[in-house]
Amino acid sequence: MTDSAPLLDIKGLTVQYPSPAGWLTVVDNVSFSVGRNDIVCVVGESGSGKSVTTQAAVGLVQPKGGRVTAGSVMFDGQELVGASNRVLNRIRGDSIGFIFQEPMSSLNPAYTVGEQIAEVVRRHRGVSRAEAWKRAVESLDRVHIASAATRAHAYPHQFSGGMRQRVMIAMAIACGPKLLIADEPTTALDVTIQARILEVLKELQRELGMSVLFITHDLGVVAEIARSVVVMYGAQVVEAAPADQLFSAPRHPYTAGLLEAMPQVALERGHDPIAIPGTVAQAHAWPKGCRFNPRCVHRQDGPCTTVPVPLAIEGQGLVRCALVDQLRPTLDRRVVTP
Amino acid sequence: MTEPCLKVSDLHVMYDLGSSGFGPRKRLHAVNGASFEIAPGETLGLVGESGSGKSTIGLSIMRLIEPYSGKVTLGGTDVTGVSRKDVRTLRRRMQMVFQDPYSSLNPSMTVAQLLEEPIIIHRDIPKAERATMVGAMLEAVGLHAGYAVRYPHEFSGGQRQRIAIARAMILHPELVVLDEPVSALDVSTQSQILNLLKAIQAKSGTSFLLVAHDLAVVRLMSPNVAVMYLGEIVEAGPSGRVYDAPAHPYSAALISAVPFPDPERQRTATRIILRGDLPSPMNPPSGCRFRTRCPFAMEICSKEAPPAVPVQGGGTASCHLHAHGPKLGGASLLPFIKERLSASH
Repeated sequence: MTDSAPLLDIKGLTVQYPSPAGWLTVVDNVSFSVGRNDIVCVVGESGSGKSVTTQAAVGLVQPKGGRVTAGSVMFDGQELVGASNRVLNRIRGDSIGFIFQEPMSSLNPAYTVGEQIAEVVRRHRGVSRAEAWKRAVESLDRVHIASAATRAHAYPHQFSGGMRQRVMIAMAIACGPKLLIADEPTTALDVTIQARILEVLKELQRELGMSVLFITHDLGVVAEIARSVVVMYGAQVVEAAPADQLFSAPRHPYTAGLLEAMPQVALERGHDPIAIPGTVAQAHAWPKGCRFNPRCVHRQDGPCTTVPVPLAIEGQGLVRCALVDQLRPTLDRRVVTP
Repeated sequence: MTEPCLKVSDLHVMYDLGSSGFGPRKRLHAVNGASFEIAPGETLGLVGESGSGKSTIGLSIMRLIEPYSGKVTLGGTDVTGVSRKDVRTLRRRMQMVFQDPYSSLNPSMTVAQLLEEPIIIHRDIPKAERATMVGAMLEAVGLHAGYAVRYPHEFSGGQRQRIAIARAMILHPELVVLDEPVSALDVSTQSQILNLLKAIQAKSGTSFLLVAHDLAVVRLMSPNVAVMYLGEIVEAGPSGRVYDAPAHPYSAALISAVPFPDPERQRTATRIILRGDLPSPMNPPSGCRFRTRCPFAMEICSKEAPPAVPVQGGGTASCHLHAHGPKLGGASLLPFIKERLSASH
């Protein structure tokens, strides 16, 4: 294995969940990779498949009744699809750390935060209790919990929401993971607290040299943290690009639509947001052809509505749009000067 | 000057937390002296983070929570003074739309029943005419009149919020309190609802009190905004002035924390990161309530609560920096903040 190989390489991942109407494909042939020292954001709305993709990558859909029907997930030279629970348990929490949206439900209320972090370290590293405790305190200090040595003795309910999320981050990084998966970690938090969490994540990424796979629905957060972006809609990747390219020259009408639909704090756009019509596509009734076509203002009967549209190379990224060539000038966003 | 649609003066709201059996009863001062007005057909945005008391203000205007003291008038009628029984008749003139359209609509009622209910309670109108009203209202919120026979579970989140708006608007109220009306919706459907609310307001002349934590949504919807922190309005004024030239350090920090969907701009943006956490409202800091997290706190801030001073460009801000220390005299805080931040680097 060479150093140029990505840390996480997802290829053709397909996931199904059971429903009264049979198996529904909720992740459909998804491919993307996360490099070393990289920050990748997966963006999508509810039902886009963004969370299931990352859960499937680390073997977390089978316990919930789902199944991976195709694809491969290579992590640091090791195949994770079909890997045994023993292997996955060793990797999860050790070389891959996790943080989720709701920190309170991920922390055990009956143990102090120090005990919970030390437990993770002891399980994965087999170090002494004293050493594990020391690492727990170090981790809390790293995420800027003031007087970490004292606060390690506190219980989760004694922390505020923003501090609990930092405790979760401390737990996720306690073993020095190569990859941190963050699933909507700031969605439940206020903006000033969110700003602090994003700052902590960026700092840790730089200092520890780990990679971050960040899942969010908020394009503002993406602009803040991502180097590259994967946009999902209807269980598929519709666009993938370096962050700067995605924001200045979106190539999929859904990406461009999201950018135009967001209200903004600064009024530089010069017009009100333009809503995307219709509602988000659902797994039990994927539209024929391009899955975004019923909501797309540029739709053309025929190329958009009959056959599935493949992903095609576009600049330094990928886009899934049948009309990509003719839409390029329309979708380019004029450069705004503050 | 025309009479305001809604006038709130020195509103205080307390939550009684009971007693532990020892000592005095505990009370949480959730809203500490809020005053504002909304002109007919206008929107006031009320922003703040969780625990700031913004939703409590909305609920106490509706008398869904009883205010402790202060006065609320709706088009000249005293809302706080009427008996609980008479509040019911007042509710015809003021309605509310809640955050979660999944829990605010009765699942066992059809859309027609949901929309008819307020008409039956408040007005004496024959059945056939009610059906016409329901059909017209559904079309006004962008839904088929034929949807009237369906149940809430048959709709998406955005459509349900349209139904909730239709229900609130059907009696042509003077005021609608919108409590986080789009925060439970997908990004792509949020703007549909926001545009709908704007269109409905333009047609009906209804005033909105928009309670939201999303500053971008508030700027889009409201010509005027009030920023709350720990139960107090710390800054208020025309939205453009407050967003582009904030005169209170909390407003400045809050606005600077909103991530902007443009990576290039994010790299150069001045961001004020607040340390520490929101203090407990049970035991708020002395003097200025924001001083424990304020990067510019001075000695006087712990001693005296700052009075609201007029701000250049309209509105007020409650901050000692205007009369003490740098004596900014009601100017924008941004040049001062930039200077301080660059000096500390």
